[in-house]
Amino acid sequence: MVKEKKENIIDSNLQRKHKLRTKGVKVWYDDFMAIKGIDMNIKANKVTAFIGPSGCGKSTFLRLFNRMNDYVDGFRLEGEVTIDGENIYKKKVNVEQLRKQVGMVFQKPNPFPKSIFENVAYGLKIQGLKDKKFLQEKVERSLKRVALWDEVKDDLNKSALALSGGQQQRLCIARALAVEPSIILMDEPTSALDPLSTSKIEELIYELKKDYTIVIVTHNMQQASRVSDYTAFFYLGELIEYDKTKKLFTNPEKKQTENYITGRFG
Amino acid sequence: MRRIKELVIEKALLTSALITVAITAGIILVLSFEAFAFFREVSIVDFFTDTEWTPLFSNKHYGILPLLSGTLLTSFIAVAFAVPVGLSISIYISEYAPRSFRTSIKPALELLAAVPTVVYGFFALTVVTPFLQSFIPGLSGFNALSAGLVMGIMIIPFVSSLSEDALHAVPDSLREASFGMGSTKLQNAFRVMVPAASSGIVVSVILAISRAIGETMIVAIAAGQQPRLTLDPTVPVETITAYIVQVSLGDVQHGSLEYRTIFAAGITLFVFTFLLNTVSYRIRKKFQEKYE
Repeated sequence: MVKEKKENIIDSNLQRKHKLRTKGVKVWYDDFMAIKGIDMNIKANKVTAFIGPSGCGKSTFLRLFNRMNDYVDGFRLEGEVTIDGENIYKKKVNVEQLRKQVGMVFQKPNPFPKSIFENVAYGLKIQGLKDKKFLQEKVERSLKRVALWDEVKDDLNKSALALSGGQQQRLCIARALAVEPSIILMDEPTSALDPLSTSKIEELIYELKKDYTIVIVTHNMQQASRVSDYTAFFYLGELIEYDKTKKLFTNPEKKQTENYITGRFG
Repeated sequence: MRRIKELVIEKALLTSALITVAITAGIILVLSFEAFAFFREVSIVDFFTDTEWTPLFSNKHYGILPLLSGTLLTSFIAVAFAVPVGLSISIYISEYAPRSFRTSIKPALELLAAVPTVVYGFFALTVVTPFLQSFIPGLSGFNALSAGLVMGIMIIPFVSSLSEDALHAVPDSLREASFGMGSTKLQNAFRVMVPAASSGIVVSVILAISRAIGETMIVAIAAGQQPRLTLDPTVPVETITAYIVQVSLGDVQHGSLEYRTIFAAGITLFVFTFLLNTVSYRIRKKFQEKYE
């Protein structure tokens, strides 16, 4: 009895530390094996960067956490993916509910062809929230959070498509934040942006990790070293090395990692 | 040598383009010319206000309204039937059905538009009307309802196919954004996809209306040929197109006033479809700009 309790405590401590975990995860697209068995623990309230050459499976792996691969034809998963200890691929999991907890920001800014306000309020509206004042507060808070409020507060009814690329991407982050997720997945969020917008987003990521667990896929190694606490290097569907960012970039254990970060391939 | 070849080809292409323009201009010219001759004898005010259309009777009236009401009534029924059905089909195909289903069902649906309209006409007259009569007592053998419904079936592919194209053209990134926010398929379809494709959908509806207004055989066969100013779908009516067929096939004298009524009716129809096509063209242009 006592022992069981103790185990529970250990378990919940682990959970607090490890927000996301995978155990023996393998992914296939039809016959192609994209992920070849990965065990990984991702810490809460930290930024974890996934790096690796194109086609190494880092995006696929990222999209496991909000089940965005479900729509890909021929997708098949083996192993366990857990958030706060819950296997998110269990049959009874409500995928829509899961995605409210796990926000996502994509490679290209993809605001809806709606007004700025409607974009940020979207996630709340589809949950059936209609109270105007509540929505307004939420929209304001989310836009302030991404430092976009001052730029758009007079144009909330303008189309989001009129914003610049960097503003659109911050809007998309605000849209994700509005539903108060605990995890934010970012799939190369700055690859379509200019350097100035990129640095704004990076600052934002740094800000957000206080409240969110952030996982970011990036092609840009400087970016990984700037924004992340932990870095994972993927190659050909395998997790080659996963360590504190500083350690991985200054003193990698594996030869492959070293070759990649020093630009010898990839 | 090569230059001459290029030049010849260029001129040949230009000629074929000019020919189509010339033909269109010719049609408009003939229509206007004959219609002008018509309006020299019949006042344009009477034409638009008189509630009777009896140019072939001894007591002659030249009011286009009954023909117009017949046209609008049958078209309205057709569109009211085809738009919800067509739109549902397009949403199902683009947002719900597996991809393989899309490639097989779309051509099948487009077959509906390939059925000769005369077949539809007899289908309306000999199948749909008796069927409707079994639960609508007092439904006349010729009526706007069954002609309109069958016309609706005919234009379903216009709505479904073009709307589906518009939905399909919405970038996948928007689908990802909306699913990523936790939308259900239904929320994704109606809150994101349909609004994003709205201009394309509107164009599809306008083209369907335009097609319905111009449709001839179905209404000529199944709606009856009695010009009547009414909104009652159960009685026989006559559309502009049906009237034109009726008179063209008859033995009115070339150059007579009766003969010219065809052109007056024709130009009315032309103005209608021309306006609709212009509107849809404008919307389509705006739509293209949006995603560039």
